[in-house]
Amino acid sequence: MILEKTHTALAVLFPETTIDDSQIGAVEEVPAKEEEKGAKKTPEPRKNGVILRDYAVHGYHVDIQLAPSQLREAVAIVDSLDYFIESITGVDWIKEEQMEVIYDFSRYDFDLCRVVIRTRVPRDQPSLPSITSIYAGANWHERETHDFFGIKFEDHPHLVPLLLPEDADFHPLLKDFKA
Amino acid sequence: MSEPVRIQADETFVLNVGPQHPATHGVLRVKMEMDGEYIVNAETVIGYIHRMHEKMAELKTYPQYYMNLSRMDYLGALGYCHGHVLLVEKASKIEVPERAEYIRAITVELNRIASHLFWFGAFVMDLGGFSPLMYALQDREYILDILERITGSRLTYSYYRFGGIYNDVDEQFVESTRKFIPRMRKSLKKYHRLVTGNIIFRKRLEGNALLSRETCRKYGASSAVARGSGINYDVRKNEPYSVYPEFDFDIPVYSEGDSMARYKVRMEEMEQSLRIIEQGLDKLPDGPIMPKKPPKIIKPPVGDYYQAVETARGNFGIRLISDGTKNPYRLKLRSPTYSNMHLFDESCRGLLIMDALAFMGSLDLVIPEIDR
Repeated sequence: MILEKTHTALAVLFPETTIDDSQIGAVEEVPAKEEEKGAKKTPEPRKNGVILRDYAVHGYHVDIQLAPSQLREAVAIVDSLDYFIESITGVDWIKEEQMEVIYDFSRYDFDLCRVVIRTRVPRDQPSLPSITSIYAGANWHERETHDFFGIKFEDHPHLVPLLLPEDADFHPLLKDFKA
Repeated sequence: MSEPVRIQADETFVLNVGPQHPATHGVLRVKMEMDGEYIVNAETVIGYIHRMHEKMAELKTYPQYYMNLSRMDYLGALGYCHGHVLLVEKASKIEVPERAEYIRAITVELNRIASHLFWFGAFVMDLGGFSPLMYALQDREYILDILERITGSRLTYSYYRFGGIYNDVDEQFVESTRKFIPRMRKSLKKYHRLVTGNIIFRKRLEGNALLSRETCRKYGASSAVARGSGINYDVRKNEPYSVYPEFDFDIPVYSEGDSMARYKVRMEEMEQSLRIIEQGLDKLPDGPIMPKKPPKIIKPPVGDYYQAVETARGNFGIRLISDGTKNPYRLKLRSPTYSNMHLFDESCRGLLIMDALAFMGSLDLVIPEIDR
């Protein structure tokens, strides 16, 4: 099954964490409990690693968080396993002074497995390696993410505004953006 | 046609197609570097009608934002609405009555046919045949009338609700839809006789703009663009949602990878949608169309949720990051033609400009949906 295959292939990136399937259910529970209590206390920042998610709840299977330096390696693994790129997007976590970039991958065959790769960059210096040399289709997605969040993709061939006007110097999806 | 075109890069000029050009079906601009009639390089410029739908999502509550979805793709609006309601229902665990889900599937498929009909007419018009558009719009009109009666609008539907639908269908809807199915089948035959076998049409499309499986994968193409290149990918089958597993239908796949294959896929999809509608009407269960206690305030629990649906234009994905409040913390819309259009730049190199425009037509572009 591709799910196990992907999981094992990506777990190579995190040698210090052991794969233990019994933990998976436990990880799932955490956000729900916090919500019941009113979610006032700040949740523990998530550690880098691979988590298998419940597809019926979240709509994807494999959820990976990694350091920006591991990004290209992880995407190359996903590419070698015949995934197609679905989208790239950002999230502005202003309270944690971080920005998250999310990469979505899915498959063309009937062995359904959705992979989500997340990485976080500091908010004041958002910069990530570009994956356009692996997936040519990442080009527009990265330009769009640069438009909306100001995240710089190093070695991107043509990082100019795509959806915003060509002289745009604002990033509308930042939480402190005021029109 | 199959021989590679020899290009002398030092004798080129730049041709600007659009932003206002009939062949682009909307406000789309392509900067083409030309060597005579051949394209050396192309750069697509999008964003002319960008409206920042994703920011609007963060500023509005879930029900307030819902109507934005139908403004994305004005030809196949219901598919996008379906994705949004399914996502919010999944995130906030709202149960949907079966009858509502069936009606959703039926109306989405009706809308898909309407969208494909418009595409068919416009595509043939791109290639110089005007009259098929008239026939196609006539058939589309029946669908718009059927949908208008129950949804209240003809183009920008806001028919679904979180938990169900807003208006139950009646006998007249079932009757008129049943009448429409054989009429549409007859029309499809007519289209095939009128257009598909036409020698000029075939000569222009066969072997035009070949897309490989690998290109599709690297760009994340979906809908007929992927299925015309031998990829058996349809979210309704690959990632079943709603009541689609209940229906017996096929996914047309052609391996040629040319514009003709993309054309054939869409034409056959209309027939498959008719089959789904037919079965949906047969199986349509009785019962409520909204849950007993529909939630008054939508507040999905903290988390990250994703939902993909097959709209008329392909794999539409929608991601919600909720912080447990009334507004989404982040809502990402992954539009199918955005990815389909993206591969145009690379794939149109070496084509004649007329062939490139035929290729563009075969991608089934709706610009507001690319620009969001």
